[in-house]
Amino acid sequence: MTDGINISTAELTMNEPDDRNRLDVTVQGLIHTGMDRPDGPLKVSGRATYAHEDQPAGMMTGVLVRAPVAGGQITGLNAEAVRKLDGVRDVFHGKTFLRNPAQGTANEAPVQPDGKISYIGQPVALVVADTFEQARHAAHMIELQITPEDAVTDLDVAEIETPKDKQSSQGDLDAALSDAAYTVDETYRTSGHSSSAMEPHAAIAQWDGGKLTLRGSYQMLKYNVNELADALGVDAENVHILAPYVGGGFGSKLGISHEAVAAAHAARELGAPVAVVLSRQQVLEATMRRSETVQHIKLAADADGRMTGIGHDSTVSQLLDESFAEPVSQATPFLYRGENREIGMHIKRINRMCAGSVRAPGEAVGITALEIAMDELADVSGIDPVELRKRNIPEVDPSDGREFSSHKLAEALDDGAKTFGWADREAGKTDGEWLIGYGMSSATRVNMLGESHARVTLNEDGSLLVETDMTDIGTGTYAILTQIAGEMLGVPADRVTVRLGDSSLPKAAGSGGSWGAASSGGSVFVACEALRKKIAETMGVEERDLTLQDGVATTNNRRADLPEFTKNGPFTVEGTINKGDTQTDRRQATFGAFFAEVGVNSVTGETRVRRMHGSFAAGRILNAKTARSQCLGGMTFGIGMALTEELMFDKRDGHLVNNDLAEYHVPVNLDVPQLTVNFVQERDPWANPMQAKGIGELGICGAGASIINAIYDACGVRVRDLPATMDKILPGLPDM
Amino acid sequence: MRTTLTVNGKDHSLDADPRTSLLDALRNHLNLTGTKKGCDHGQCGACTVMINGRRINSCLSLACMHDGDEITTIEGLGDEHNLSDMQQNFVKHDGFQCGYCTPGQICSATAMLEEFKAGWPSNVSGSLTASPELTDAEISERMSGNICRCAAYPNIVDAIRETAEEKS
Repeated sequence: MTDGINISTAELTMNEPDDRNRLDVTVQGLIHTGMDRPDGPLKVSGRATYAHEDQPAGMMTGVLVRAPVAGGQITGLNAEAVRKLDGVRDVFHGKTFLRNPAQGTANEAPVQPDGKISYIGQPVALVVADTFEQARHAAHMIELQITPEDAVTDLDVAEIETPKDKQSSQGDLDAALSDAAYTVDETYRTSGHSSSAMEPHAAIAQWDGGKLTLRGSYQMLKYNVNELADALGVDAENVHILAPYVGGGFGSKLGISHEAVAAAHAARELGAPVAVVLSRQQVLEATMRRSETVQHIKLAADADGRMTGIGHDSTVSQLLDESFAEPVSQATPFLYRGENREIGMHIKRINRMCAGSVRAPGEAVGITALEIAMDELADVSGIDPVELRKRNIPEVDPSDGREFSSHKLAEALDDGAKTFGWADREAGKTDGEWLIGYGMSSATRVNMLGESHARVTLNEDGSLLVETDMTDIGTGTYAILTQIAGEMLGVPADRVTVRLGDSSLPKAAGSGGSWGAASSGGSVFVACEALRKKIAETMGVEERDLTLQDGVATTNNRRADLPEFTKNGPFTVEGTINKGDTQTDRRQATFGAFFAEVGVNSVTGETRVRRMHGSFAAGRILNAKTARSQCLGGMTFGIGMALTEELMFDKRDGHLVNNDLAEYHVPVNLDVPQLTVNFVQERDPWANPMQAKGIGELGICGAGASIINAIYDACGVRVRDLPATMDKILPGLPDM
Repeated sequence: MRTTLTVNGKDHSLDADPRTSLLDALRNHLNLTGTKKGCDHGQCGACTVMINGRRINSCLSLACMHDGDEITTIEGLGDEHNLSDMQQNFVKHDGFQCGYCTPGQICSATAMLEEFKAGWPSNVSGSLTASPELTDAEISERMSGNICRCAAYPNIVDAIRETAEEKS
């Protein structure tokens, strides 16, 4: 610590709602604006450095070798022969290698199976050479000796677990169904999905004595440090991770992964920096998948369309011994009314790559299926789909009687319907050979807060420095932390510097579960509020009577430039925010509504999305531009889920058939129309002192259902097995 | 194998394995890491650069095939203090999120507008011979070789449209 630096701490645990709405009173005019990303110029000029960049001198390259069978034990390999190949430095295999990446917030190493193979594509060895070309060739020359073991590769014969803590029941659903005026009782299927972030998982490892520095591409550094240290058998204090720019995550980079552990292990053994980058095929085969789901949904409603019962029973799959299971029905208990309910969850154990978090685990597929079922209920009851949903918004969380912290589903439905022109939609419309249809769905996602720390320094020249190990995976963290700090302390954006993605900085919750902005932003807010108090004390006023704008502090009768407060050195506050009672006292969630217009080709059965709109309520919107972009991204994931994205595994041997971007079809530019997004005004005092909630995942939660429902409206084909590819639509098309 | 690569107007003498792709030569030998590797198989467009003004996937081409060619990468279009119009419009319209596909998008878009100016038709053009109009669908179709998983597509279209309008 440097002499003359004034350092203190400030902490807030969210035990009470904060309805002071401080960011509505501050006057810098930064918060909520669609400020350009401060990291934008570096990104558009190719100067932002991702994981496999800033390559150190003398760096070697490692290429991972994949397991060719779904079950077995490696008993040996031709390392001696491969070591003799041009440029090859060494071949590694054995107990350091991971079976699969760590799950989000695991905080410890995943299974290290010492040569035991659990799925095809599992990275089991690493070949390191002077160049990528040499290492790639040598990796192809590896011959593994494997003792085969039994593997389950067909879901139809997989063992099913029914964990007791994942089943719940209220009232009598069967009775509600038999008494109901209208019912839906159908089974829906969603496919496995891949995050497929554009930057493949990559790491460059370098040891200096016993200390490791790893450039990587990860979402949650404070957990990743512990996971990596545990995997390597070293103390966490000797592990330093740098991830200043992360080329997308969507859940796939929550936990430490193969490349980091393999690179660090090889670098330690070779005494030289080693880079390991997963190939695109390895990303698809060996990082994380969203499990396919089978969802049996039952809805019961009275003659007015008021729901009396909901059943949501889901089956997902996972590797043996992995506890994560796609929480399909996570939001079902609170989205709609209905006093009789049954929630079930079953897990099939299978030798496939690990199932884990892919954007909005749970709601992404659970709300999508539920919202298709709701459309079926609207259809059988003859009630307008928007009206049906509005009639079923509960007063309190029906599963436990808790009040909602804030609830804006009705407003989002109304706003979306109005913006889209829902009431004016034309039945039976055609456009040449295209059948036109309209559909809608609700959105919801649970809202969370995670412990976060950030250091904010008011420098002697009146500029600000914000430091935290938080990551920006494209979400806009650099932008919103600039805005929060600048807004709170009255400093223009170009005088605020934000440093992220360095594990030596104060520890944030990380990027995941839509909690990043609230958590890291909350810690910055807390630090800034403490700095405001210091300035107010110096000026002899209450903090709330202080106005800070453009680097000037003003009270009723005094005015001072910010540098006057730092004459004796910079002021630094480390702010901490913790989740507290507000997380459990109220049901916290974000809500929204999707509206889509599709064309279904009457000759081919192809579906094209022609228009799509989303209206969302997520508390205070911190940056209108980056928040909108998050929603565009979520809605586009929804288009992919509805129409094209499908991991296909061969049930005979368990291999992933479509393991690249030519065969796993993420939406391309022409698949996505000029989407529109509105935000519904909301402040959620129970969430955090900024009254902001998560926005990164809401846009996918139910989005696909609006498209599936529009297909039904267009051509009368009800697709219950996603994605709605042509083969599922063609047989049901009406004769033209 | 010795090759002279002319990148952004500057000659580089390269002595690399003949298997080295143009992409890996740029990234691993010339330290021009603005060009990104997303798939290494020509499926994503993250590695798009311009060769003699035409856009190509640099992962699908060997470095040794480009002796004497004029190669333009994202670094040649503008640095962070001196952005090209296209780069500025990508920032203004938030035509990216994580930023990883962005250099490829911008190289692709820059070359695409030249193809358009030359009257090239696309799969969505009504006619193979008439000069196409720069509709949103034309921009989207011509940019569909560049995947953006963050899905900034609507913003990418806005950024390209504004750049084209400024130029005309």
